[in-house]
Amino acid sequence: MSGYFSDLITGSKSLLVGLGVTLKALVSPVVTVQYPREKIDVSPAFRGHIDLMKDETTGTHRCIVCLSCMKACPCQCITVEGEKQEGVKGKVLTLFTLDFTKCSLCGLCVESCKPHAIDFSDEYELAGFSREEFFYDLLKRVKERA
Amino acid sequence: MATKLERMAGSKHRFLLNMGPQHPSTHGVLRVVLEMDGEYAMELDPVLGYGHRMHEKMAEVRPTSGFYPNTARMDYLGAILFSHGYVGLLERMAGVEVPERAEYIRVITAELNRISSHLVGIGAYVLDLGAFTPILYAFDDREKILDILEAITGSRLTYCYFRAGGVSRDIDDTFIRRTREFIDRMRNRMPMYHDLVTDNIIFLKRTKEIGLIDRDMAIRYGLTGPVLRGSGIAYDVRKSEPYSIYDRFDFEIPTGENGDSFDRYLVRMEEIVQSLRIIEQALDALPDGPVMAKTKKIKLPAGECNYTVEAARGSLSYYLVGDGSDTPYRLKIRVPSYANLSPLPELCRGILLSDLVTAMGSLDLVIPEIDR
Amino acid sequence: MDTMQMTLYDVLRMVIAFLLVITIVFINALVMGYLERKVAAKIQRRWGPMEVGLQGWLQMVLDGVKIIAKQLIVPRDADRVVFRVAPLLSFTPVVLPFLVLPFAKNLVGRDINLGLIFIIAVSSINVLSIFVAGWASNNKYSLFGAVRSVSQNIAYEIPILLSLLSVVLITHTYSMQGIVAAQGTVWFCLVQPVACLIYLVSATAETNRAPFDLPEAESELTAGYHTEYSGFGFSLFMIAEYANMFIVCAVATVLFFGGWHGPFSGEYLGVLWFLLKVFLLMLTMIWVRWTYPRVRFDQLMNLAWKYLIPFSLVNLLLTALIVKCI
Ligand code: SF4
Ligand code: SF4
Repeated sequence: MSGYFSDLITGSKSLLVGLGVTLKALVSPVVTVQYPREKIDVSPAFRGHIDLMKDETTGTHRCIVCLSCMKACPCQCITVEGEKQEGVKGKVLTLFTLDFTKCSLCGLCVESCKPHAIDFSDEYELAGFSREEFFYDLLKRVKERA
Repeated sequence: MATKLERMAGSKHRFLLNMGPQHPSTHGVLRVVLEMDGEYAMELDPVLGYGHRMHEKMAEVRPTSGFYPNTARMDYLGAILFSHGYVGLLERMAGVEVPERAEYIRVITAELNRISSHLVGIGAYVLDLGAFTPILYAFDDREKILDILEAITGSRLTYCYFRAGGVSRDIDDTFIRRTREFIDRMRNRMPMYHDLVTDNIIFLKRTKEIGLIDRDMAIRYGLTGPVLRGSGIAYDVRKSEPYSIYDRFDFEIPTGENGDSFDRYLVRMEEIVQSLRIIEQALDALPDGPVMAKTKKIKLPAGECNYTVEAARGSLSYYLVGDGSDTPYRLKIRVPSYANLSPLPELCRGILLSDLVTAMGSLDLVIPEIDR
Repeated sequence: MDTMQMTLYDVLRMVIAFLLVITIVFINALVMGYLERKVAAKIQRRWGPMEVGLQGWLQMVLDGVKIIAKQLIVPRDADRVVFRVAPLLSFTPVVLPFLVLPFAKNLVGRDINLGLIFIIAVSSINVLSIFVAGWASNNKYSLFGAVRSVSQNIAYEIPILLSLLSVVLITHTYSMQGIVAAQGTVWFCLVQPVACLIYLVSATAETNRAPFDLPEAESELTAGYHTEYSGFGFSLFMIAEYANMFIVCAVATVLFFGGWHGPFSGEYLGVLWFLLKVFLLMLTMIWVRWTYPRVRFDQLMNLAWKYLIPFSLVNLLLTALIVKCI
């Protein structure tokens, strides 16, 4: 019985305090943004899918077809192929694809690449209707950007 | 033909209730089959495995570095803490020295991650009790952590940031400034949570004395983390066998008194405050230097090794048996949620369905971590 | 009601009133649905509906269109007829009370001398529809919701009646207009603060609103009694819920907050005051809903039997004594 009235009083007080908290929130500014209309800047470190970087001096990618990214990738989603060409030292990149459906965005490929030929893109609005849309041909992408 | 339900119902007037795997309060993919007597749950049977992705097996077929992303996908709320255990194991086994700065960064990010995990845990718990608003406030705060961590790790949830020998990227002044801002913000927000949730009479009445786990029971089931500490046992891997550099920080292990749902909630709230303290001390003492050890290629010797860390939900052990090759022979992961789930059947014998939700929520289970 | 004096005029008046009421019920659901979402969003520091129309005010209309276009799914093992009837059944008790609500001095469907009793009697049919819905769904969660709803409503009918009786003791009439008229100078929430509070708490429970939303407690019972309902069946339940809120708030306004009284109320303009008060009360209910956790079932019963009923009984007794002495 002793708790009967104290419960009533402390209880009612706590309920009023709770209402106060939500009332304060009601008049505080909104913290969300209306996504497709407003966008927040992507942080520079953001890991999107990987992309071949364009070298400003040569105007093309820097890949030397060492295949270490392919080996480092735990998800086997990178395929790199190259061939010997006349008059060029080392191999020339002929194929660089990424199966983004499997990528876990771990960053091991980027870290393993000595010439820093690949980096993360900052694209995050990636939705598609089919699996095939996420098989990226990175070589083609870098050429298109060039 | 009589169904199982009818056979059961016979004289006992009980019936089966299937909760989950798609039930709002079984968080993800836990399924529990309840034998009900009216609104009272008499027997409870958890059904696991809906989120099984054979992570342990995957560790056996790839080089050790290939398992980094997997660690983040077991406990998706405490991804950094899970990576911490894994890289710690590799370093202990291969004998790699980690640079000072990297250790500090690890502690800072891990504690931030712990706070964000607890915020979700608390928010979702109160949501289970029927209050919609606190979880959104918690997410508001958590969002700040995610922003801070995104700027440094590149991802918001499944971080793949720690490497054996250090961390993949150094922190900058912006990170330090934002983290300090967050500490202040979070400290100012705590009274709000207490006003809105902790002191609320309905919340108190719903959680006090519900889901009681006493000391014996907690030990018997091998519980760890806030669930164990809620029962009054001050066991925290960070204190009892300090890994990384946790022995350098001054923090307390909050414990509960009764071991009820309320105590577990309070322990989590208090742990947020303690984590803030650790982060503050670590930021003050942050040394300069490299963030990655020189020896980049780690070689695992044959033999076995264990490494235990305090994840957001309890003690997490990685146990690795190596055969001298690049890939582990076997990797066993002891996840806290699995043990924390185990008292549920005993906990829920003869309590109301609503209390079952309360008790289950207070264990703060992450099911993919159990299923892995 | 004295049927002997019913004239053609009265019948016509009833028909018009009835049509008006149906319109009000639907518009009320739209407005309340919008307000609920908007207020909830602002409390949670979000925007809420923003896309269709200014500040998203058309959202509920479009949602209504969407929900009507949806398929009506009847579970295989459900009792088909009863399953379909239940939402309709929930609709009747919310339409009838509107007929006796005094919106303004001269704006009332029909002022019968037992208005208050009529409202109480009719709105308790609501629990039947919930029970029928839960039962017919043949779903264990629905059944739980239904059973909870019944015991909850029975428990809370008592404090509601008792608290209303304290007012009736003062006014000596059950007529809604009469009660409003008696509050020309001072509102009864000041004369009867305890009864007022008890009524508001019980009314929240009676309408199954949070923190007493046990019949549809979604973290326990997924969606309670309307788990199996989709499309229009579901929306009828929602409309009925909002209409119920309107009714209990309107009754509170009439009994405790002076009804249509207010400056410049006049013959018809009082309706603005009336609606303002009702909507303020409903906004409070929304505000409460988005603040508190849900109570447990036995606590709900405890609240009714240990606190509300004794308090309202004492209050009734004191009122009776005082009225007698004066
Ligand atoms: S980020 Fe990781 S998973 Fe993705 S391509 Fe690179 S190495 Fe493979
Ligand atoms: S690691 Fe770098 S250089 Fe080597 S193949 Fe991959 S992208 Fe090319």
